[in-house]
Amino acid sequence: MSTRLANHGRLIDRSKKVTFTFNGTSMQGFEGDTLASALLANDQMMVGRSFKYHRPRGVVASGAEEPNALVGLGQGNRFEPNQRATTTELFNGLTSVSQNHWPNLEFDVGAINTHLSRFLPAGFYYKMFIHPKPFWKHVYEPFIRQSAGLGKAPDKDSRDADTYEHFYAFTDVLVIGGGIAGLQAAKAAAASGAKVLLIEQTAHWGGRAPVDGGTVGDEPVDKFVEQLVSELETMDNVTMRNRCMGAGVYDHGYVLGYERLTDHAPGAQGPRHRLWRIRAKQVVTATGAIERPLSFAGNDVPGVILASAVRDYVVNWGVTPGDRVIIATNNDDAYRTAITLKQAGVDVIRVVDARSSAGLLAEEARQLGIRVDPGKAIAKVKGGKRVKKVELCNQDGIGGAREEVDCDAVAMSGGWSPVVHLWSHCGGKLIWDEANAHFRPDPKRPPLGADGDGFVVAAGSANGPLALGDVLTDAHAAGKAAAKAAGHKPKNTKAPSGDATEEAAMEPVWLMPANADIQLRMKSWLDFQNDVKVSDVQLAAREGYESVEHTKRYTTLGMATDQGKLSNINGLAILADALDAEIPKVGTTTFRPPYTPISMGAIGGEARGEVFQPIRRTPMHDWHDKNGADWEPVGHWRRTYAYTRPGESVHDAVNREVKNTRENLGLLDASTLGKLIVKGPDAGKFLDMMYTNMMSTLKVGKCRYGLMCSENGFLIDDGVVARIDDDTWLCHTTTGGAERIHGHMEEWLQTEWWDWKVYVANVTEQYAQIAVVGPNARKVLEKLGGMDVSKEALPFMEWRDGKIGDFDCRAYRVSFSGELSYEIAVAASHGQAFWDALMEAGKEFGVMPYGTECLHILRAEKGFIMIGDETDGTVIPQDLGLNWALSKKKEDYLGKRAHLRSHMADPDRWKLVGLETVDGSVIPDGAYAVGEGVNANGQRNVIGRVTSTYYSANLGKGIAMGLIKHGPDRMGEIVEFPGTDDKTYKAKIVDPIFFDKDGEKQNV
Amino acid sequence: MLTLKCPFTGALLDETELNCGGEAHRKRFGPGSSDEDFETYMFTRENPRGVHFELWLHSYGIGKWFIAARDTETMEVYGTYPAQTTEPPQEVIDAINAKHPGWTWREFS
Amino acid sequence: MSEPISALNHASFDGIAKVEECGLQGMITLRGNLKDKVLIKAVKDAAGQKVPGQREALVDGDTGVCWMSPDELLVLVPYTEVEAKLSAMNNVLGGTHALAVNVSDARAVFRVSGASAREVMGKVAPVDFSTDMFQPGQIRRSRLAQVAGAFWMDDDQTFRVVCFRSAADYAFKLLKVAAQPGSEVGVY
Repeated sequence: MSTRLANHGRLIDRSKKVTFTFNGTSMQGFEGDTLASALLANDQMMVGRSFKYHRPRGVVASGAEEPNALVGLGQGNRFEPNQRATTTELFNGLTSVSQNHWPNLEFDVGAINTHLSRFLPAGFYYKMFIHPKPFWKHVYEPFIRQSAGLGKAPDKDSRDADTYEHFYAFTDVLVIGGGIAGLQAAKAAAASGAKVLLIEQTAHWGGRAPVDGGTVGDEPVDKFVEQLVSELETMDNVTMRNRCMGAGVYDHGYVLGYERLTDHAPGAQGPRHRLWRIRAKQVVTATGAIERPLSFAGNDVPGVILASAVRDYVVNWGVTPGDRVIIATNNDDAYRTAITLKQAGVDVIRVVDARSSAGLLAEEARQLGIRVDPGKAIAKVKGGKRVKKVELCNQDGIGGAREEVDCDAVAMSGGWSPVVHLWSHCGGKLIWDEANAHFRPDPKRPPLGADGDGFVVAAGSANGPLALGDVLTDAHAAGKAAAKAAGHKPKNTKAPSGDATEEAAMEPVWLMPANADIQLRMKSWLDFQNDVKVSDVQLAAREGYESVEHTKRYTTLGMATDQGKLSNINGLAILADALDAEIPKVGTTTFRPPYTPISMGAIGGEARGEVFQPIRRTPMHDWHDKNGADWEPVGHWRRTYAYTRPGESVHDAVNREVKNTRENLGLLDASTLGKLIVKGPDAGKFLDMMYTNMMSTLKVGKCRYGLMCSENGFLIDDGVVARIDDDTWLCHTTTGGAERIHGHMEEWLQTEWWDWKVYVANVTEQYAQIAVVGPNARKVLEKLGGMDVSKEALPFMEWRDGKIGDFDCRAYRVSFSGELSYEIAVAASHGQAFWDALMEAGKEFGVMPYGTECLHILRAEKGFIMIGDETDGTVIPQDLGLNWALSKKKEDYLGKRAHLRSHMADPDRWKLVGLETVDGSVIPDGAYAVGEGVNANGQRNVIGRVTSTYYSANLGKGIAMGLIKHGPDRMGEIVEFPGTDDKTYKAKIVDPIFFDKDGEKQNV
Repeated sequence: MLTLKCPFTGALLDETELNCGGEAHRKRFGPGSSDEDFETYMFTRENPRGVHFELWLHSYGIGKWFIAARDTETMEVYGTYPAQTTEPPQEVIDAINAKHPGWTWREFS
Repeated sequence: MSEPISALNHASFDGIAKVEECGLQGMITLRGNLKDKVLIKAVKDAAGQKVPGQREALVDGDTGVCWMSPDELLVLVPYTEVEAKLSAMNNVLGGTHALAVNVSDARAVFRVSGASAREVMGKVAPVDFSTDMFQPGQIRRSRLAQVAGAFWMDDDQTFRVVCFRSAADYAFKLLKVAAQPGSEVGVY
């Protein structure tokens, strides 16, 4: 059984007990444990079930590469699925549940799949669910959805209880990985004076080195690490962060670091995760290496663990996964595990070494009394939920002549693969290293930065070297090289000399035994998380999946949360063998960020809740909010759709506002309208290019409605332009248009007419602008006193500066409603006071504030177009009957040339008309008009669409505007609009001006 | 995630502060131009694998347009310069020549 | 006239840095040729400062000049004096091709101060705030998370941050999250 040892455990504090639960059972561990080490200490061998066959699964690794030990962590608002037990630091009160089983971990109905596995080979889903076609929607998809995914998504009503943040960091050299190589590289780089940021994904510095042992100089390696860490901590130019993973490397030295601040102390003050958005001149990837599993039958039974992980559990956490351990290897390193176990008092039954001979470490093991069997292999592991026996055989051959040996754990080592993920994310290339049978970074083909030179240097075992001395030498050189490339002068220093027992060469072993029969291959797992076996990859190869990328998708090898950290190299070796190709020719799948999954919270950062998105507020926002505003988002602005009164529906409020504004007095907060000052000797010429109509001839003091088209001819904005003085104009834009049109003007001024003397300034937010609308508009202004707002002093389409009451203002006599109307601009900081003054003075005149829906209805009654309703980026002024606004005198304006293109002049273009329903109902928004006949798909031919549709309380019926083919020539005809409610709406084509056709009301 | 040096401020800008405005050095064809010229001006783009000239706007910032000469494959940046010009400055052309002898891009080489 | 009210009316928050809305600040956007002698005089008259160089902010309290772009300055004057200063400026500029416009009410100004002020800023803007890269006297226009902003340092632990008035509520809430207790980064 797996137990806590009486000694060992360099990372745990035995004086501090920690209580946690797994599937509701209370367990104990120590401070410093990971959830995985604590589970093993409690003899919890089985921690979950596999994805496809629901096979029992146990911890197989000790770090980020773990494919099996995924649990649901936490509860309620802090529940998260698919968390790796091996990277979860234990804390008091931790709750964890295993995944992928029903009804429970020990007894699982889905495990039937393992007995059906013969019928569930690679590509099963693709082959099975194609026929018969109707089955997909009603049978297959619901079934697959039911069984898909690993952990369960959090409850839909729960809300993440934590906060997150981003941090932008800048450094000369970023070192990813705080193992001995990263520490040494950081030191070598920092010695040059370069600014160094060193990040490490675990809570500890030194990586594997203190576990693997050896000496540096005259000191044991763990002492050397300690000194190195304290030395770096004192350096001003070095920043060190543990619990911070290098998640991805991107263009131009951009790197994401994923810092887990309070995962080990939930509820602590401050953000839970911090996403470091790092810009580094140079990046050193000291990301270490990952041990490969061996492919033998039953290698997925709980208790079969990587040899290095077994060593980690003993040395770091004082836990042994078994009392009687068998070790299978193809290299010398696994003997360190044998020796460590033996010295910890664990029975090492024997080491099965696929090679014919081994090195000095094997000698040392033998001297400790450990039996070493060269040329041997594991044929099969027996046991269901934990290891019970192992059948041994010769490595050469098909696995006959087996010897059965009792044991309760198996430590396996198939050699080491450098962690090349971060090197590869941004285009770093790999070479195949024959001696170590692994891919390592090709230093001649690094990821390239903004200057065209490499910006990533791999260091230590991430670069290939595995022996302590070689790792230090390589890392030291990498640190110096990075500092130099970052523009600093490295010190002429030598790497410290590391010494560890010399190792004999490893031999690649991709299958155990070498020619295992199909029965064994069908039980030899490559990918533990996704249930991909040797036989699956071989089948994929036989079926023609020659590209490793295709094989990945077909078999699911290397997919899901671990992205094949353990399985990829073994899988592609099997594929290469099946294709009779060399491994480097088959190549790897693409390494994509993040290295391990990072939280959605970290990605979102601060952007949640109140700061999910900026909400722009006018100076009167709070008043609207307190007075029943039903909010409508317009760009990032919030505008009042309607002001509802207690007990009043939004619809009723709109109708009330519509009637009151026509009959009495309405106030609209129009502050969101864009206001651009355009000034200079060439401003008139410039505006003549910007607008389709003439602006240079506008007289000072007057206003003119203008249209703007893109160079491509389509309408992009409209608004009233006021001439302020000889060389100054003020252009109003639509609410969403201020920044866009400001940018549009600047783009033309900067990239085309940069010699024109024009300056533009966006003064939108300088003013609170209030539309005072209705028959009583003049009365309320006159009551407040100040400037003369009479018809004579301030005629329609003119503006004046002056005072209304005590307020300095600019008053525009413009109307978007057809009523007598003034738009009054005051400084934003007086906006609320001015609004209050109007509301107070307006009481006797029946004042009511009105919202955007009322604004829309009033303008639709008048047939005024609205950018974004009547236009959608494909509509030209001619479509809307606005030919009057297209200057014929001007040689050029934006859009003029485009309007001459044949499609723009096509008489079949849909044109604007008014629509009046035959029965007074309201045509649904977005409805299409249908004509005679059907198209190739059997659908009714479409001859137009509704662009605006409302109920008009003033007219007591539904009114609409729409674009209809040959519309203006079809006045009086009835067209049909099928609704999505199975009704067909019939409407008569009419003039789009429904109300006060001669404009008498606004011109009083 | 590019960083581009702003020729106006001298600051190294993050891509998230910028907006790309598409191909640079386009010649405008207005009224009086042929359909072919107008079509080319409006719609035809180089879309190269390799050297490219693009307009960039420091939108979250000073609001100025500049041009970046960039390699679309390697992301190497050969230089940035104000948009108020009809052709790339000589030092940018030299920088491209050093890496891509014989390159061409529209009328430039 | 009524009492003018700034966007957030002096709201403040204490976390790892202090975040305060500064109230109304007189601001004039001045566009023109920054080498023009008339413009230089207009700036000197209004703010008592020379025309700042690239990314320079010459600010003393509520008076000063900030470099906004190669043809744009932000002239800071006391709020109550802005109209007078603007009209004086326009008089000096006379026929010079330039644009001076009052934007005092179009902006909100925040002060972010304290030992962790640089880190708070480093969470919202993609800018290097290390002491050797950003100092008093410099200005940068960039992002404050999702909105545009400009900022300079009054002293080594104090930033002044300017954004659009409509975004003041967002910017304040954003800075509050960035300054939340326990969120020190420990870098600057």
